[in-house]
Amino acid sequence: MATDTIPTPADLDTPVDDVPREINKYDFITQTTGVFKARKGLNKEVVAQISEMKGEPDWMRDFRLRSLEIFESKPMPKWGGAININFDDVYYYLKPTKGQGKTWDEVPAEIKETYDKLGIVEAEQKRLVAGVKAQFESEVVYGSLQEDLGKQGVLFTDTDTAVREHPELLREYFGKIIPPEDNKFAALNSAVWSGGSFIYVPPGVHIDFPLQAYFRINAESMGQFERTLIIVDEGASVHYVEGCTAPMYTTESLHSAVVEVIVKKNARARYTTIQNWANNIYNLVTKRAVAYQDALMEWVDGNLGSHLTMKYPAVYMMEPGARGEILSIAFSSKGQHQDAGAKVVHCAPNTSSRIVSKSISKNGGRSSYRGLCKVEEGATGVKSNVVCDALILDPQSRSDTYPYIEVEEQDVQIEHEASVSRIGEEQLFYLMSRGLTEAEASSMIVSGFIEPLVRELPMEYAVEMNRLIELQMEGSVG
Amino acid sequence: MAKTLRITDLHASVDGKPILNGVSLTINRGETHALMGPNGSGKSTLGNVVMGHPSYEVTEGSIELVDADGHVTDVLELDASERARAGLFMAFQRPMAIPGVKLADFLRHATSNVRNPDRKEGEGLIPMREFRKELKGKMDHLRMDTEFARRYVNDGFSGGEMKRAEILQMAMLRPKFAILDETDSGLDVDAVKLASESIADISADTESSGGNGADGAMGVLIITHHDKLLERNRPDYTHVILGGRIVETGGVELAHELHQNGYDRIRADHPEADKLNKQMADKEAVAV
Repeated sequence: MATDTIPTPADLDTPVDDVPREINKYDFITQTTGVFKARKGLNKEVVAQISEMKGEPDWMRDFRLRSLEIFESKPMPKWGGAININFDDVYYYLKPTKGQGKTWDEVPAEIKETYDKLGIVEAEQKRLVAGVKAQFESEVVYGSLQEDLGKQGVLFTDTDTAVREHPELLREYFGKIIPPEDNKFAALNSAVWSGGSFIYVPPGVHIDFPLQAYFRINAESMGQFERTLIIVDEGASVHYVEGCTAPMYTTESLHSAVVEVIVKKNARARYTTIQNWANNIYNLVTKRAVAYQDALMEWVDGNLGSHLTMKYPAVYMMEPGARGEILSIAFSSKGQHQDAGAKVVHCAPNTSSRIVSKSISKNGGRSSYRGLCKVEEGATGVKSNVVCDALILDPQSRSDTYPYIEVEEQDVQIEHEASVSRIGEEQLFYLMSRGLTEAEASSMIVSGFIEPLVRELPMEYAVEMNRLIELQMEGSVG
Repeated sequence: MAKTLRITDLHASVDGKPILNGVSLTINRGETHALMGPNGSGKSTLGNVVMGHPSYEVTEGSIELVDADGHVTDVLELDASERARAGLFMAFQRPMAIPGVKLADFLRHATSNVRNPDRKEGEGLIPMREFRKELKGKMDHLRMDTEFARRYVNDGFSGGEMKRAEILQMAMLRPKFAILDETDSGLDVDAVKLASESIADISADTESSGGNGADGAMGVLIITHHDKLLERNRPDYTHVILGGRIVETGGVELAHELHQNGYDRIRADHPEADKLNKQMADKEAVAV
């Protein structure tokens, strides 16, 4: 060792103290090669190749090809945000590993490290979750499920495995809740889907801890199109939690998932999403559940990050007594547009729904609430309550509300409340007069604003959500 | 260690309208001052200006903290947060609700900042166990249910609960100088008694001086209409504000006189300030 310290490049760079703490927790790129990458662009050959790589049955290949045609025939949505995607400049399929690991040791070290950094491995070790699926690019690279649940007949696999191992069950529901004809991006997903979770909970089985999935986009220009199908049989219950992140690249990426949930008589399902996409991701997701007699479906949806998110989790209440609840938070900052909301469709009498939507806009960000409450003819005794609150942190930011209410029945009770507020000078002054800095005070007001939703999250996710909000708030004032 | 809060010829305006017209007031630690005056005379404004409310513009004069060794801190250069850390406190007449933020969480954060003025964002807070113990002690003393700390700051509080919560905050933050803006209105007799005891306790609390012995006494400015709080916290000085300036200063007897007879004599003795006060009150009425 030389006695004089030779400055390393890091020393010449900015002092360590100036680097924002943890701001880059999700913004790292894993160096990994993958085993197969389809060439860029979208056409029949690419779609057929994906199907072939996966060794799929003919019906699925035909479903994909038909979906591609539907995708090509449908125009871009004329509402929501501006979508500028060059579909020829996206990779639609990247297989990162040969197969799926049942233990983390079977997963390539650099990919395991990715999930380690994201806290997934630890949550599993602490048994905070009952099962895990980790998807890296297009495929699920790791999966686990607590043994006793497996013995009770619970299925928790990636959707590709379900096509092979549980074809009858899958085929009964796959694409039935959200057919490819539903919208352009549902069609796109149907054509090129890969990965995602397949869950079946047998009658009467209650899963106490959440089943968790983590979706990571790592490569540049990568599209991720996972496909999730959850079937909760009569009297059963499940809580599914998903997290999504990606590093920041200069080019835009696309995440377009389809999620279908079936909640049978007396069953309950809660689906929680915390997404913190990099700010160049188009996040265009279709999520829909059907709830049968006296069943409860809950969507808890936290939308941070992404360039544009268009996502409106839906509950169709098919039989009397079904309930739907949708809680969502959207946070938009510079260059971001969160067009998020909810759909509740009352198809049967005495069904009820509740929507709580909270949005925060800062630094020129734009948040929109777009929601539909529909009551079909014959659905009497329906109750629906919609509350959407927007908090705007500065004059450059924007918030809009687009509530659509379609009621074809008389005997219904529908409430809609919307509020828009700005962080008040008086609130800031009050908190600052107690020694909080302006940034701390704003951050505290914002975390208070979303508290009614955060307390619905599992503990680790609540902590994570608060931390994400603090990160978003850093440097927002002054 | 600041010993004196010195306000000199303070002029302030809001939206370009003058609202303080040359207030001078010196408060030493250990002293209790009462500030009385009719509506719209500038009482609450003075509190807000001292605490650093961003809507008020100081156009002339100074607010300073003077240490025992003569070192002077220019308070006007500090924002509200820095003023709190320098030892200033105001119990608000109408405290703001902060929905979703638990009183205990807010207070732990505030206490950590005020007790460790150099604390950087993200640095550790006062240990939870230590904080809880102290908070519980203070709440017991104020006869507040511990459950109260889990409620959202001032959200749905009754008038009396808000005032108690303000006293609780003062007790935890242990300021060097406290302005109590009509803290006694909305409180019943028992609560006024407890509030008074708290003020006395904090004043006697030597910890707040950082262990420098009897230096811990608090300087108090009580803004009030009544003499409820003054009965128990006997003021060393009573100041009367009219038309945005202090027109008379006396002892406790002045407070009693005003309480009994109102402001007619004051108005008559100070016609110019009275005229100013009427103009200010008119403008206020228009603004409302």
